[in-house]
Amino acid sequence: MAETSSLRNFTINFGPQHPAAHGVLRMVLELDGEIVARCDPHVGLLHRGTEKLIEYKTYLQAVPYFDRLDYVAPMNQEHAFCLAVEKLLGIEVPRRGQLIRVLYSEIGRLLSHLLNITTHALDVGALTPPLWGFEEREKMMAFYERACGARMHANYFRPGGVHQDLPPELIDDIEKFCDPFLQTVKDLDGLLTPNRIFKQRLVDIGVITLDEAWNRAFSGVMVRGSGAVWDLRKAQPYECYPEMEFDIPIGKNGDCFDRYLIRMEEMRQSVHIMRQCITKLRAKDGQGPVLSTDAKVSPPRRADMKRSMEALIHHFKLYTEGFHVPAGEVYAAVEAPKGEFGVYLVSDGTNKPYKCHIRAPGFAHMSGMDYLSRGHMLADCCSVLGSLDIVFGDVDR
Amino acid sequence: MDIERLEKLGQTIAAALPGSVTGTEIAYGELNVYAKAADIVKVATYLRDETVCQFSNIIDVTAVDWPEREQRFDVVYHLLSPRLNTRIRVKVRTDEMTPVPSLIDVYHGADWYERETYDLYGVLFTGHPDLRRILTDYGFEGHPLRKDFPLTGYVEVRWDDEQKRVVYDKVALTQEFRTFDFLSPWEGTDYVLPGDEKAKTDGKGS
Repeated sequence: MAETSSLRNFTINFGPQHPAAHGVLRMVLELDGEIVARCDPHVGLLHRGTEKLIEYKTYLQAVPYFDRLDYVAPMNQEHAFCLAVEKLLGIEVPRRGQLIRVLYSEIGRLLSHLLNITTHALDVGALTPPLWGFEEREKMMAFYERACGARMHANYFRPGGVHQDLPPELIDDIEKFCDPFLQTVKDLDGLLTPNRIFKQRLVDIGVITLDEAWNRAFSGVMVRGSGAVWDLRKAQPYECYPEMEFDIPIGKNGDCFDRYLIRMEEMRQSVHIMRQCITKLRAKDGQGPVLSTDAKVSPPRRADMKRSMEALIHHFKLYTEGFHVPAGEVYAAVEAPKGEFGVYLVSDGTNKPYKCHIRAPGFAHMSGMDYLSRGHMLADCCSVLGSLDIVFGDVDR
Repeated sequence: MDIERLEKLGQTIAAALPGSVTGTEIAYGELNVYAKAADIVKVATYLRDETVCQFSNIIDVTAVDWPEREQRFDVVYHLLSPRLNTRIRVKVRTDEMTPVPSLIDVYHGADWYERETYDLYGVLFTGHPDLRRILTDYGFEGHPLRKDFPLTGYVEVRWDDEQKRVVYDKVALTQEFRTFDFLSPWEGTDYVLPGDEKAKTDGKGS
């Protein structure tokens, strides 16, 4: 009856204020009925000019900016920057410092995956998982706080190691946390994995082949979901990851459900790594300094400053001028919970980075949104977005 | 990642693309390949498809601004070969006017990275279907990561109660922007110290 010429696609705005947008995302969706014909994400609403700001700060002052990128797993970001600076400086992190870094990176992974899985479930209609998950996150943030004084914006990893040693009670408490946490993961697993509605919303949604995933600059869970046995912790190991024993879960179908399952398994593997770190931290060779003893890079201890003139001078110089980094350029990457988080650092030999480019995994994944959601229903956009694991702090920088 | 393997790879690439690749270098254990901007698509296609390379994953595209140079921008591509477990950095040079061919047909993932590079540095890419700004505000002017763009920017926003909307004002600093110079005057600053009347006017200190 109706003339076909009067049919036209409908364009809607998704966001910028939408609970399932995980932050400030505006997506212009062109809909053919309820089918997404085109998806144009407008990012940058949270752009704070991190890279520009870092160019005007000393290397030490740049570290806190990394907490504010992916604010769900702050220390993993700091880690990449510290690795880049250490690569330029050519300094070695003491063993205890490495163990603490790995321990807290894995806590960061738990924080991130827990947030992602539970809010992903919330996006597709399940209310209980966030309540369970956020309780655990709160406990982990307490571990952050006890290590560095802040729940989220840690500023704990420093070039050369970590800022302060962990008290032994904290290590005990982290160990005690592991078993109840695995129980929560099990509960979540029981609630979500066999759930019919959850499966209907996730299985065969947002499928991507491995070749396409590589070509679209994806990394981390997004390529593992499509079957790549690729994890920077194994493939290009940094810190003391080579001596850790863990498995890399991979998916077969490359859909949202596989990526969800991978995140669940990675949480279990992370707990496994944390336990190994705790054992090693208590062992005899796990004792010692946590920060490089190179006085030109790492500040002296407070006690030394009371007695040593030289320590006082170093302290003054490090906190005003900061250390100078040899000229050159490096790229350092870590396996952040969301994928490969890299820092491309160009130094001109002064105390400030000449350029610091942040390679955020979310940015690359967000650019694949159009490809992943095309041909799906409008409601599936939420599923796809959830499984991309987007946090706007690191997409927009 | 052994250096020898990288060296060999660098030599292979340079030999396979004479003219397009102008040099290779290994620094800090990373392989740098310098290429001609006009041939970047050819170089990237080779790197992606050749069996000895297989750089199927594009990690990153960005630029570095060296304003004192005639061709002020280094456009930097980071590629990863998951098969060989190797990284590579490809660098080409360009200026504000000369566009660089887009890599979007070789790597779909280059799309947003090139938009970002255009947005923040003003590097132009030919063949990109949708070279819009991405990170900065709608209607933003200038390219913020250029070295001659001030940290504070030129405009700031505030809510105007009379017009009932957000308006743009020129940036008003209540205190002058402070930058501290920590370069030692004994180690080759390239400016004249204030009050140093005896300094030579040819620039390079003493």
